[in-house]
Formats: sequence, structure tokens, C-alpha cells
Amino acid sequence: MKLLTLLIMFPLVVSLIIMLVPRRYEGDVKFVAFVAAVIELILSLRLWYGIPEKGYAFVEQVAWVPAYGINYYLGVDGVSILLIILTTFLTTIAILASFKSIFLYEKEYYIAFLVLESAIIGSFSALNLVLFYIFWEMMLIPMVLIIGVWGSGNRIYAAVKFFLFTLVGSLLMLLALIYLGKLSLAQLGRVSFDLDDLLRLGIPVGVGKWLFAAFALAFAIKVPMFPVHTWLPDAHTEAPTAGSIILAGVLLKVGAYGFFRYGVPVYPDAAGALRWTFLILGLIAISYGAMLALVQKDLKRLIAYSSVSHMGFVVVGLFSSNQQAVDGAVMQMINHGLSTGALFLLVGMIYDRRHTRLIKDFGGLAAAIPLYSAAFVIVGLSSIGLPGLNGFIGEVLVVLGAFREHYLAGVFTAIGALLAASYMLWAIKRVFFGPITHDENRNLRDMSVREWVCVIPLIVLIVYLGLFPGRVLKIMKPATKHYLELAEFERTNWMAEHLKGIRFPAEESPHEHGGEGE
Amino acid sequence: MEDAMLRLILLFPLAGFLFNAFLGKRAGERVVSWVGPASIFFSFATGVYFMSQLAGLGEHGYIRDVIFTWIASGEVSIPFSIVFDHLSGWMVLVVTGVGFLIHVYSIGYMHGDKGYYRYFAYLNLFVFMMLVLVLGSNLLLMFLGWEGVGLCSYLLIGFWFTEEERARAGMKAFIVNRIGDLGFILGIATLLWGSAVVSHPTVEFSQLQAVVPRLPEWVVLAATLLLFVGATGKSAQIPLYVWLPDAMAGPTPVSALIHAATMVTAGVYMVARMNFAYSAAPLAMDVVAGVGVATAFFAATMGLVATDIKKVLAYSTVSQLGYMFVGVGVGAYAGGMFHLTTHAFFKALLFLGAGSVIHGMSGEQDIRKMGGLKDKMPWTYRVFLIEGLALAGIPPFAGFFSKDEILFKAFASGHKLIWAVGIAAAFMTAFYTFRLIFLVFYNTPRYDESVHPHESPPVMIIPMAILAVLSFIGGFVLGFPHHSLIEAFMEGVFRHGVEIHGASGLEMGLMFLSTIVAVAGWAVAYRMYVVDTTLPEKIAQRFKAAYALLFNRYWVDEIYDTLFVKTYLGISDGIMRYIVDDVIIEGFLNTAARTSLGTGRQLRKLQTGDVQAYGFAMLAGVLLVLAYIVWRWAT
Amino acid sequence: MFGELIILSAVLFAVGAVGFLTRRNAFVVLMSLELMLNAANVVFVAASKQWGGPEGLASVLIVIAIAAAEAAVALAALLALFRVVGTEKIDEWRALRG
Repeated sequence: MKLLTLLIMFPLVVSLIIMLVPRRYEGDVKFVAFVAAVIELILSLRLWYGIPEKGYAFVEQVAWVPAYGINYYLGVDGVSILLIILTTFLTTIAILASFKSIFLYEKEYYIAFLVLESAIIGSFSALNLVLFYIFWEMMLIPMVLIIGVWGSGNRIYAAVKFFLFTLVGSLLMLLALIYLGKLSLAQLGRVSFDLDDLLRLGIPVGVGKWLFAAFALAFAIKVPMFPVHTWLPDAHTEAPTAGSIILAGVLLKVGAYGFFRYGVPVYPDAAGALRWTFLILGLIAISYGAMLALVQKDLKRLIAYSSVSHMGFVVVGLFSSNQQAVDGAVMQMINHGLSTGALFLLVGMIYDRRHTRLIKDFGGLAAAIPLYSAAFVIVGLSSIGLPGLNGFIGEVLVVLGAFREHYLAGVFTAIGALLAASYMLWAIKRVFFGPITHDENRNLRDMSVREWVCVIPLIVLIVYLGLFPGRVLKIMKPATKHYLELAEFERTNWMAEHLKGIRFPAEESPHEHGGEGE
Repeated sequence: MEDAMLRLILLFPLAGFLFNAFLGKRAGERVVSWVGPASIFFSFATGVYFMSQLAGLGEHGYIRDVIFTWIASGEVSIPFSIVFDHLSGWMVLVVTGVGFLIHVYSIGYMHGDKGYYRYFAYLNLFVFMMLVLVLGSNLLLMFLGWEGVGLCSYLLIGFWFTEEERARAGMKAFIVNRIGDLGFILGIATLLWGSAVVSHPTVEFSQLQAVVPRLPEWVVLAATLLLFVGATGKSAQIPLYVWLPDAMAGPTPVSALIHAATMVTAGVYMVARMNFAYSAAPLAMDVVAGVGVATAFFAATMGLVATDIKKVLAYSTVSQLGYMFVGVGVGAYAGGMFHLTTHAFFKALLFLGAGSVIHGMSGEQDIRKMGGLKDKMPWTYRVFLIEGLALAGIPPFAGFFSKDEILFKAFASGHKLIWAVGIAAAFMTAFYTFRLIFLVFYNTPRYDESVHPHESPPVMIIPMAILAVLSFIGGFVLGFPHHSLIEAFMEGVFRHGVEIHGASGLEMGLMFLSTIVAVAGWAVAYRMYVVDTTLPEKIAQRFKAAYALLFNRYWVDEIYDTLFVKTYLGISDGIMRYIVDDVIIEGFLNTAARTSLGTGRQLRKLQTGDVQAYGFAMLAGVLLVLAYIVWRWAT
Repeated sequence: MFGELIILSAVLFAVGAVGFLTRRNAFVVLMSLELMLNAANVVFVAASKQWGGPEGLASVLIVIAIAAAEAAVALAALLALFRVVGTEKIDEWRALRG
């Protein structure tokens, strides 16, 4: 069996096996799921050694419904490889993190996670639009169940809201998809949904705008972009810890990935025409999410709004016309997955202990549980883009890239980084510093071995990617470059435009100092 | 010259940090006491070694170590590389030298603290980050260090985090610095894309040097001003100085190292490093000098009435940093660096002295509750006095030479107004310095009987003594007028500096004048705080409004709080939360949901449940369709 | 011949339709339904005879088979409903009213 199929099928097979486990052994299911996730992670690491210099690797193409151009067509490039590894990595951690917090319907819970993992990997590797759509919809159901069954408090409301939002978007996408099939029949003489064929279509600009809008709405809801983000805080707040980790860490990336793989490349004209709209929406999301994060009373809600802000960077990057911004966007996707995933994980740990997430119920935790606090502060600093930690790399590349587009775009992205510091540090101060205000917090248990096992890999990656992002940037480079070629954005360079016509002083003989030229 | 050994300077403190952070708790206080200071000492020794190497390389010589490529994206490539030249080398020695002494001092000061290992871990990390800032060969790497030291400052200000105020001060420092960093990163972007237009995108100092002269002036001006915004944050200048007085909540050695000697001078260092760009934008230079002198003056006025021993020193630091910016702002880069160095000596010592006093007074910081400590703490008194003389600018102590150098250069380069304000600030400096000394060490004790002041242990006194010697001789050894060692040393780096030549006579005259001013400051303080101690009270009564203004620090904190913090919170909370998210967006969606629910409720009335009614509808439908087909067929 | 068969089918269908719409007894309604199905069958057979194709006969076989299955299920369902509701009057079976 080819690797990508194996990666997609393996979790499904394991979940079938889990289904057959009798109820009385339900308590052992988690170990099976965990081992399966680890195996999946190891398998996915194999992708790391097959990164294509150009085009796609690990390609599989099997005709499925050839009459309608629906093929089982898989393949990955640098960006999808990174995201798939992120998925398998975070799923492993999410499953490990659920050991001590899920006691009801355990079988179904782990089945949901494995199916979800399979669907996510499928959507990151599908190169046929219908196949992508199928995986896209397949992600929805386990996630709704995870929120609706194992969530807290207001979970049904959150699950329904999440479901409806996502469904509205994807139904419109389905319509646009059918229209694309019609177009391909007219232009190529056969119905085809393979990405290569779609890229060759000449889509009339007038229709293209509507089709792009339909795709973009589906992706934008998933990202989520302002103003269709309102499902996110509810979904995050009510989801169980592991659900939030996967939701923030990977599911949101599928939306951004949709733009990256299908939305923009298939409709370059329409995307180019609407580029500034999306860029500005991204900029609004950055500040807007940060401002709303500031006033949240619930830690999970705060992190949810910070996700809106961070994903704004991704959108700004993807709709900029230079390599730095796009690289930054992909980097930011990975970083956000790691640091927000870690934040939700940590909040989940404290929730397991105290059964509250309200900021006012904490205070002075650093004195009671110093190691936990240290971990949280490190992750929080990564989230606000402290240089030397991973968050910085993505943010600075997006800031630099956005500045190249237009100086105001640069200013507003940079302001986002500033605002991030205000909400995160304030929250950290209120939760961890100061005197202990609630006696319940005095005798909390610090992190257990299992919890360390969850957190340490994340922290290691957070530091590693902050100092040595070179490898990852190199892996994504062919893919991001290809994206820019497909996107055909009008290359804007604010600085160059404003320096046009200025006669530069003749180059004086450069005094070299502290290093030779290039 | 390439030398891969150069990275050792960074690796020693990094190793110290890692050891203390991960093993420090288990290793215990004794081991940490060795590892912490030793890592800095080795770094210092490496610095000295490379300084000797540098001597053989001529005035443009440098030693470089490209460690790895940090960020590479498209045509932008930013290496993690460090450069040791006359400027950064000098800073390395100042940072590690003063840093080492303060590490040693901390052994005594922090003895027995629960977070002992954590303290040394942070302090080591700080030195590492500061060295990255200093040695980094490009702006982005400098930014890494820049934010890194900010992080350490945040952690160390809030070191005793169980107290609300300290945690708050740490957060304030970080956020205010972030405002400055916003400017810094935009400045980097401006230079990066500006250089991309004329050659290729770069933020390497060495390459910018060739690029900047080819850029139009407005680009350079924008970039330098934006970078200077960063400097106002880090170096506590108007309008972002507000975090530094609060930062005194950290342990006193931290105030000495981070908030006086090294980190806060990063802005000055940055301007000196980017001298080629600043010199190409005269307006930016004027802004730097103007902001510097304004800060020097206002901070000094606030220092006049402060009652917390560390706050007095904090305002004094802000004020002295202002002088440094005046120096670099009028083109006297070497002068600015000279004052930076001497200030590092004497201000670090003042803080250590203050720490010794606080230590001896069991944590008391209010100078109104001290007095008469001269006999109880003789050594502390002596070093404090030397420091005071240096700060006040009394010859031949270090501060006199460096401050005078800056004021002279300002005067000689035609910035007469700046010189005049600077002199006025110098008078206040002398006054508040001696006010502090008199209040703390002279007269009768005013503290409770329960407090038993005692002298500090030798591990604290010896570093102070070394710094005292440095601040005594540092001035005339390093920067004797017309034979300035430091100026000659950095000549190769600052070739863009303004050549300022004034007549010797003029210089002598100005020197004499500033000496008189300093002595006058001393005299007034002596009159008010030793001869007639009721005088301050009377003056405060007479000029009530002015006193209140100063005592409340012009209400700047309150104004910022209302103007920015509260407004921002208010906007976030009110408008955004209740109007946009919950009312407009959600409202729109809820309306959509309600509409479809309502429509459904109406439509379901059609479902009567009567099978025959359905059958009739079906039949009618079929007949209608048939009729339509027939009609179409017929026509 | 063909015309007569079509008329027969129309009459059968009309009888079935009227019965379906007017009778109150659920079992009679069901029988009317069967009548309409057989009306369709008559058309199939007639068409098959007229043009000689096998499709019509095949369709009739399918319809008969399905009608048999449907009748069995429907009768069982009606009986069960009758027991529960206690009446065979179809206009009183209105549990599905919206």
C-alpha cells in the first residue's frame, strides 16, 4: 500500500478494531488509540525524507468515478508534508492528553479522533477537488461529535453553531464545485476535478469572482476570518481539551490550506481582484482578535480570540505577493498549531484540576505550581512572538512581507504583535503572579509525568523552530514559490514604487566593515 | 577575520543559564554561586582575548563568526552571525565586566532567597541576550537580543512575583517596550526593503553602510526615526520612560545591571551602531538630541523630590541616558559611548550601594526614614560618596569628564540651547545626588528602633570597591580631553561622526562652568539637608503647586493610564464586545436563523397529516404538469 | 385494440384515484392504490404488444413484484396501526400533522 493511503487508512482500520472491543475493556481503548497515533506519527515522518523539489511527491492516482472526473488522486508538497506531520504530532498529544479527562463513551471518543485524523490527512493530501471536498466534510462530523458529546456546559449550542457555520460554507463550495465540473466539460471535453486540470481552466472573470467567493467563504469560515469567526470562541470554549488542540492546531489550518491549494491557484484572476479585500480583512482580524482577547474572562475564550488574531497573520501572508509573506504565513500556521495547541493543552490541565477556566478563579499560581507556570509562560511568550521562539519567525516574515506590499499593512500587522503582548501578559499576570487569592489553588498538584510527556515535545519544538527555522523554511520554499507563481498576484512593492524616478546618488566605493558584501 | 571561537563569548553565559535553569535547584546555592558568575567571567576573559586580537587588525579591523543561517526566505537571508569590532568589543567588555561584578555582588545580596537558582539563571540569560544584542551583525539579530533582554527584564522585575505590584511593573515594562519595538521592527522593514530597491534586501550593518548613502533621505529619516522609537522604549526616553521607575521593583542588583548599566543603554548603542544612517539624516539626529536633552531635564526635575532611594536613582538613570542621547545626537558618538561606560561604572555602583543600604536596613527604601548611616555602614558610605561625586560631575571623577565631553560637543557643534538645558539638568543632578547622600548618611537617624543597620558582607563590598576605583579613574584614563582613549579606539567605527573642534580655551571655560554648577548643586543641597533641615519643608510649602507637580511626576502615569490603557480597554470591552461581535455579527446570524425558523413554522401548516389531502395535492400537481405539456405541444 | 386498452387503463386509474381520494377505510384506500398500479401495468402490456418490445413486459414484472412486496408491508403496517389507533378511518390517522 502506498504511504499516503496507508496514512489515511490506518486510523480508520484502528477505529474499526476499537469498535469491536467489548464494553468491559473500554478502559484500555485509550492505549490502543495512543499506540496507533504514535505509529501514525512515525509513518508520517517518512514523508520528511521525500520532500519534492518541485511538484508533488508520493503521488497516487486511481480512477474512482471516471465519468465524473472524480479520482482518488493524492500527492503532497512541502507545505502539506509539514501540515500532515503537524497533524499526526498533535493528534498523538491530544490523545495522550485525554487519558485522564474522558471517562464516558471512551470507545467512541477515540474512534472520533482517529477518523478525524484520517480526514485531516486526507484533505491535506487530496489533489482532486471532489476528494478534497469529501475529506473536508468528513472532518466535520467527528469534530461536531467531539464538541457536542464530550464538551462542557453549553456544548450542544456550540456544536450546532459550528456545524451550521461550516455547512453553509461547504454547501456553497459544493455548488461552485459542480459549476467547475461543467466548465471543465466545456473546455477540456471531459469532466475533471483533478487539480492539474482545474489549474488549466480559463475561468471567466465575472463568474470566477462568484465561484471564488463561494470557495473563499467555505475556507474563511474554517480559518476563521473576520467577520465569520463567531463560531470559534464558542466551539473552543466548550470543546474538550483535546478537541480544542486539534481544532486550533490543525482544523483551522485546513481552511488556510484550502486557500493555498485551491482557492487562490484555481481562481487567480478573481483572487487577484479581491486580494486587498482579503488582506484588509486579515488585518482587521489581527487587531480585532487581539482586542477581544484582552477582555475575555475565560482563558479558553481568550486563546480562541488570540487564534483569530494569529490566523489573521496567515491570511495577510497568503494574500501578499511576495515570498517572505507567504513563507511567513505557512510558518505561522505551524507555529500557531504548536503554541496554541500547547496553550489549550495547558489550560486543559488546570481545568482538570480546578474545573474552572475563569481568570478570576486563579491568581498566584506560580507559587503553587511553578513548573506548570514556567511551561505556560514559555508557551505564552511564543504565542506573542518573542524572538528566539517559534512565533516570532512567522510573524516577522509576515510583517516584513506585508510592509513590502504597503507600509500600512506592515504597520497594522506589527501593531497586532504589540496587542498580543498586552492580552497575553495581562492574563499571565492575573493567573500566575501576585498573591494566591483562592485557597483551593494552594495545594494544586504540579504536572504529572504524563503531562510532561505531552508538553515537552511542544516546548522543544517551540524553541527549536525559533532558533533554527531554516530547515522548515527550506522545505516549504518550492511549494510557496509555486503558489506565488500560480497566484499571479500583481507584485506590489510599496517602497520601490515610491522610489521610482528618484535618482540614486552614485554608488560610492563601499567601505567594507564587519563583513564583506553578499 | 573569521574566528569560530568568537561564539564562546555567547556560549558561556548560555551554558550558565541552561545549567542554572535545569540543574540549579538540585545543585544548590553553593554550586550556583560558582557557575553563575564564572560563566560571565569566562565570557569576559574571552572578550579580553579578542580585544587583544583586535589590536593587531587596525582601526577597521573586526572578527566575525557566522554561526548559521537563521531565517532565509526568498531573497532575504538573515544569518546568525556575530561581529566583534571596536564598538561591539568595547560593549562586550562593559557588559561582561560590570555584569561579572554584579553577579558576584548578587551572591551576597540574594543569599538564602528561595529563587536563588532562578535568579542566576535569569541573570545569565540576560547577559547572553545582551551579548547577542551587542554582537549581532544585523538588525534582526539585534532585535532578538533587544527583545530577549526585555524578557529577562520582565522576569527579573517580577522576580518576587507573589507581590502584585512587582508583577504589574514587570508587565508594564514589557508592554511599554513592545510599543518601542513596534517602531524598531518597522524601521528594520524600511531599511530591508529600501536596500532591496538599490541593491538587495539586507539588514547587515556592514552592508547597510554601503546602501544607506544611496537611499533618498526620507527613507533613511523614516528608518532612523522608527529605530529611535525603539530606543526610547528600551532606553527609557520621553515618551516611553514610564516603565523604568516602576522597574525598580526588581532585586537591586538587577536594577544595577539591567536598568542602569547595560540594557537601558542598548538604545544608545543602537544609535552608535547605526551612526552611518543617523549621520545621513540630520533631522533624525536633532530629534535624538532634542529628546535626549528634554528627558535629561524632566527626569532630573522628578528626581529632585523622589523619596524612594531607588526611584531617585531611576530618575537619575533616565536623565543620564538623556545625556548619552544628546552625545550621539550631536554626532559625538564616542562621547556618548564614553558616558555610557562611565555611567555603567558609577550608576551600577550607586545601585549596589543603595542595595547595600536597603540590605542593611532590612528592606527599607524610603530615604525619609534613614539618616546617620555614615557610621553604621562606613564602606557603603565611602563608595556611595565616590559614586555621588562621579554622578554629580565633580572633577576628577568619571562622570565629570564624560558629561562634560557631551556638553562641550553639543556647544561646539552649535546646539547652544541643548547645552544650556543640559547645564541646568547638571545642576539638578548635583543637587539630587547630594540630597540623597545627606538624607541617607548624615544627620540623626530617623528609622525605627527595631531596625539595626549593619554593614554588608565582603562579597558585596569588594565588587563595589572595584567599581568605585573604576569610577574614580575611568574618566581621565579613558577620556581625558583631547587625548581621549575611547575616541581614538572607536575612530574606525565612527568615521561618519561629526568632527567637532573647539578651541581649547573654550573647552576649559565650559569645564570650569560645569564644575561651578556641580559645586553649586552640592552647596544648595548642603544648605537644605544638613545646615537647615526645615528648609525643604518650607520650600515645598511656598511652591505648593510646583512641588505637587514634581512629586506626582507630572501625572504622566495617570495621563497615560486614562489616555491609552483605559481607552483601549474601553474600546475593546464596550464597542467591540457588545456592539460588533454580539450585536452586529451574531445579530445578523441570529436573524437569519430566526427567519428560517419562522418560515418553517409557517410552512409546516401545510402538513395536515391527512394522507388523502397529500394524494389530492399530488394528483393536482400531476394534472398541472400534464396540462402544461399538452399546452406546449398544442402551441 | 390498443385504443381500447388505453381507455381501460384510464378508467381503472380514474376509479383508483377517486377511491384513493374519497374512501375513508384505509384498506379500501390501499386497494385503490393497487388499482392505479395495475392501470399502469395495462398500459405497459398494451404498449409492448403494440410495438413488440420486451421492456414493457419486463417493467410489468418489476411492478408486480414490487407491488406484492409493498402490499405485504403496507398491510402489515395498516394492521399494526389499526390495533394501536383503534380505527380504520384514514382521516383520523393524523399523527404526522405539522
